[in-house]
Amino acid sequence: MTETVNVDVKLGVNKFYVDEGHPHIILKDNPNMNEYRKLVNACPAGLYKLEEDGSIRFDSAGCLECGTCKFLCGDTILEKWEYPRGTFGIEYRYG
Amino acid sequence: MSEEAFDAIIVGAGLAGCVAAYVLAKEGADVLVIERGNFAGSKNMTGGRLYAHSLEKIIPGFAKEAPLERKVTKEKITFLTDDTGVTLDYHNGRAQTSVQESYTVLRGDFDQWLMGKAEEVGAQFITGIRVDELITKDGKVVGVRADGDELMAKSVILAEGVNPVLAEKLGMVKPKVNADVMAVGVKELIELPKEVIQDRFNLSDNEGAAWLFAGSPSNGLMGGGFIYTNKTSISLGIVCGLHDIGSSDKTVPQMLEDFKNHSMIKPLIEGGKLLEYSGHVVPEAGFNMVPKLVDDGVLITGDAAGFCLNIGYTVRGMDLAIASGEAAAKAVLAARAAGDFSAEGLSLYQTLLEDSFLMKDLKLYKKLPAFMETPRIFNQYPKMVADIMESLFTVDGSASQPLRKTIMKHCKEVGYMNLLKDGIKGVTSI
Repeated sequence: MTETVNVDVKLGVNKFYVDEGHPHIILKDNPNMNEYRKLVNACPAGLYKLEEDGSIRFDSAGCLECGTCKFLCGDTILEKWEYPRGTFGIEYRYG
Repeated sequence: MSEEAFDAIIVGAGLAGCVAAYVLAKEGADVLVIERGNFAGSKNMTGGRLYAHSLEKIIPGFAKEAPLERKVTKEKITFLTDDTGVTLDYHNGRAQTSVQESYTVLRGDFDQWLMGKAEEVGAQFITGIRVDELITKDGKVVGVRADGDELMAKSVILAEGVNPVLAEKLGMVKPKVNADVMAVGVKELIELPKEVIQDRFNLSDNEGAAWLFAGSPSNGLMGGGFIYTNKTSISLGIVCGLHDIGSSDKTVPQMLEDFKNHSMIKPLIEGGKLLEYSGHVVPEAGFNMVPKLVDDGVLITGDAAGFCLNIGYTVRGMDLAIASGEAAAKAVLAARAAGDFSAEGLSLYQTLLEDSFLMKDLKLYKKLPAFMETPRIFNQYPKMVADIMESLFTVDGSASQPLRKTIMKHCKEVGYMNLLKDGIKGVTSI
């Protein structure tokens, strides 16, 4: 119907304080792909990427801290899910 | 920091947390709110519409001073397919009392204002600090650990939001809430000049529209689209159930993009500028998801307790959060007067909720979440209504059919039994 959405451009207008070197979400190695696909579809920030060659790419910078991935896969393919440390992460200016 | 234990430490400066702080501090209680964001509201977002009633009872006349966007006078509900839309449009020009009013809001400004109100009456806030865990002693919550510091309290009010990590650690909320009953919301805030918004949505000064869409926005899954008009921006988004998200052929961000590009929506936001992109989980299970709300030294409020009502034509969370924050504060005040912060001493919280609209409404609509999982609501019915409309309004020179026959034909496609079944189920669940 329309062109493929570019979520990164949308995230680009947001204000983030990235806690370099301290990812607040860590994905397990070699995650189950059925589980991973849920996150590809559901993550509002599109952080769980599936490349054309079938490889996966995930970076928790750009996270909106909604918790969707934790609800879906918190006990399957996520090694760690916590909120960023105080002052870090998304800062909504409007909300 | 005081050596004495606080009467209450509140985790999270959202609506439940700020209201609880306001009510407690106003009665002279010693209260501290800890917020992980840099300011109240900095981690919060809403669709967003606030029903005024619960806050109006706590801060009468708040609407005159609070940073609200527009007073909602137009309600629209649309059945949307990929290329059609059938809308019910209700304009309310009647006078409303202050408890009947509702407003579009943006949480950044609003939460900061509410925090200011609580500070005025003596509540303390610290921002930019994440509470890492609760301190328990003999099974009783006695404080919080944050950034290496230990802060002691006679009670802790968890107002930590829809993803209640502290309540989970405590075992009060099940770690993995059934994803079947959770939904994810995404929103774009789109800037447009005031006059343009008022022209496009047929609004007078300060009046606003609340518009919900069922059907294609959530790609046939449970959910829908929404538009709320603010002063100089439009909140536009979709909500999608997580139940079947793995098998969806569209991602959630793509659903939002397609909704924006729908031929019915695109002209409304033409020329607008994206100000912010936000996401949030919506707890949609209602009454069936409410956890244990009180334990020794601890209470759970707002989204953290799953207080949300999705009735299809309205979605409510903020007025529930406010009411629960107030009830939690009153329970802490009673416990403080009696010198008993045990689960028993705090049990007024449960009683107040049971006696209020909050639990009564959650109970009334407890069958609705199951009904909303009927996929026909989000795929077949929007199409059926659109097909009926197309048949009614298309004149192409072919011989017309009797109206009854035309309508029945489209109903048959869904199945009379399904219509009857869903009709009965739908009516009995509201």
